[in-house]
Amino acid sequence: MPVQRLVPTQEAADLLELTRELAREELAPRVAQAEAEEQFPREVFRTLGKAGLLGLPYAEELGGGGQPYEVYLQVLEEIAAVWASVGVGVSVHGLSCFGLATAGTREQQERWLPEMLGGELLGAYCLSEPHAGSDPAAMRTKAVRDGDAYVITGEKAWTTHGGQADFYKVMVRTSEHRSRGISCFLVPGDAAGLSADPAERKMGLTGSTTALMRFEGVRVDADRRLGAEGEGLPIALSGLDAGRLGIAAVAVGLAQGALDDALAYAKERETFGVPIIDHQGLAFLLADMAAGTETARAMTLHAARLKDAGLPYSRQASIAKLVATDNAMKVTTDAVQVLGGYGYTRDFPVERYMREAKVMQIFEGTNQIQRLVVSRALAKGVPAQTAVLA
Amino acid sequence: MNIVVLVKQVPDSGTERQLDSSDNTVARASADNVINEMDEYAIEEALTVKESQGGEVTVLTVGPDGATDAIRKALSMGADKAVHVSDEAIHGSCAVQTSAVIAAALSQLEYDLVICGAESTDGRVSVMPALLSERLGIPHLSGARKLTVDGSTLKVERQTDGGFWALEAQTPAIVSTWDTINEPRYPSFKGIMAAKKKPVETKSLADLGVDAGTVGLATATSQVLDFAGRPPKGEGVKVTDEGDGAEKLVGFLASQKLV
Repeated sequence: MPVQRLVPTQEAADLLELTRELAREELAPRVAQAEAEEQFPREVFRTLGKAGLLGLPYAEELGGGGQPYEVYLQVLEEIAAVWASVGVGVSVHGLSCFGLATAGTREQQERWLPEMLGGELLGAYCLSEPHAGSDPAAMRTKAVRDGDAYVITGEKAWTTHGGQADFYKVMVRTSEHRSRGISCFLVPGDAAGLSADPAERKMGLTGSTTALMRFEGVRVDADRRLGAEGEGLPIALSGLDAGRLGIAAVAVGLAQGALDDALAYAKERETFGVPIIDHQGLAFLLADMAAGTETARAMTLHAARLKDAGLPYSRQASIAKLVATDNAMKVTTDAVQVLGGYGYTRDFPVERYMREAKVMQIFEGTNQIQRLVVSRALAKGVPAQTAVLA
Repeated sequence: MNIVVLVKQVPDSGTERQLDSSDNTVARASADNVINEMDEYAIEEALTVKESQGGEVTVLTVGPDGATDAIRKALSMGADKAVHVSDEAIHGSCAVQTSAVIAAALSQLEYDLVICGAESTDGRVSVMPALLSERLGIPHLSGARKLTVDGSTLKVERQTDGGFWALEAQTPAIVSTWDTINEPRYPSFKGIMAAKKKPVETKSLADLGVDAGTVGLATATSQVLDFAGRPPKGEGVKVTDEGDGAEKLVGFLASQKLV
């Protein structure tokens, strides 16, 4: 079912058309095999980079597309509707550029950002550690100053694109201060002492490589530090809200893809002489899937528009991530139900969608963390605000 | 080398297409319209020639206001500018009338080479390049699967069922292309942004010096008198293997020119 969209400009509409064309021609023919064989589609990211889709939300003068989040997230959604692993990858890549784009010096930006935003280089970011996920300030990976360089030692868990990426945005401890002792570095993928463990054997998103990264005395020039020493945690945390919106959009796309497949099947499959969509039990299931998905999209884009307007959007980003990923879990589960026994087989993609949805309730801040963010905001008191669009 | 590419906005061939029951013309307003698929190969070929020979690529289309979508696609792929002939009076024109309009528009442009797709997926009359060749008095190298430009000499491999013909002509000339000639590039977001700033000139019949009475449904040389929906799919052919199943299958495929 084509999605009804409202976008601010003609070029945004053309961009979405280009995205759908790329998804149809380049992603759709590859997704099933790559996911089944657990192959990371590096080439697909080159294609998306060449088309200018890997730097959309960044300023044009930095080499980005200068697009508002409202548009970028809809692009992400269209990609994820066809291939969730690639949607997640685009979001992660975007986030890995965030530190440099916001905290880097002009010189650092000019040196690295064009190739990163242009998609020639693929990014990853390292925040979580085996024992420190929801509480990043508990991290132990260390960087010790040595002349005009730092030496990084430790382990970073759950790194999307781990071992595949050309650069890693890494959060490490430069002092023992819990929050002000963390610094941010841009580490090249081929740095000596940097290695990836064998990829995690995951339940879903098997086309996306997730690995533990080992830093064994990795020497990084001091000019690869982003922001001042000790200012890494605010950089990491300020990127999280944007990252949550990215995952919310990916979850909306995944749900939409599942709904589309379930709907197509329900119109074709007949029982008792009529297509199963004519049985109210299934028809209402589909209606609920559509209602949940459109609601999740609306919430995600509302948060994006707040961000684009320069207004606080942290709470709304958390709500969007919570609502969209819970919805994706429900919709993909129901899609399997619509397809019945066939849905439970690996000959149809809906069981894969269901496996892919699960992790979205976990990564980029578990949905328990999202509820924590929201409830804390409620406890603190949310001011009434009516902003006017410029 | 200055190249003009002819493009057409058509109803998406992947969707259910309709004729307008009021005058039996293609229902365009209600359709999901896209650039004619074959035209993307023509644009790609023009851009490739431009990249090796220099010059400018101009997109020319005749169609209603919505045809600007096809123009934007061509410009975002890399064409330099566009001419859009739009006039209510053209509605319902046959290929012969349309060729007069396109020839008039081409006469106002400077070109060495005109490239177009071998057919459009809506009309599928497939005569436009030949009609233009006749009207403009320039050679027509048809059905190209390969185009080589050497100075003012054009060499074309013309695709046939059994192989190809080697054609050669001097510019100015018109080349029609099949989808075997190249793999069209995708636009890029940069291309989409650049397209916004590229000049698109809109021309009416009066601007082209074409008398509105000579075009349109009323004076068209061909008109659709009636139409009916596609008949339901037939039974198909069942091949029973009596030791000669493979032969029968190959025979069937060969009769359909699929092998």
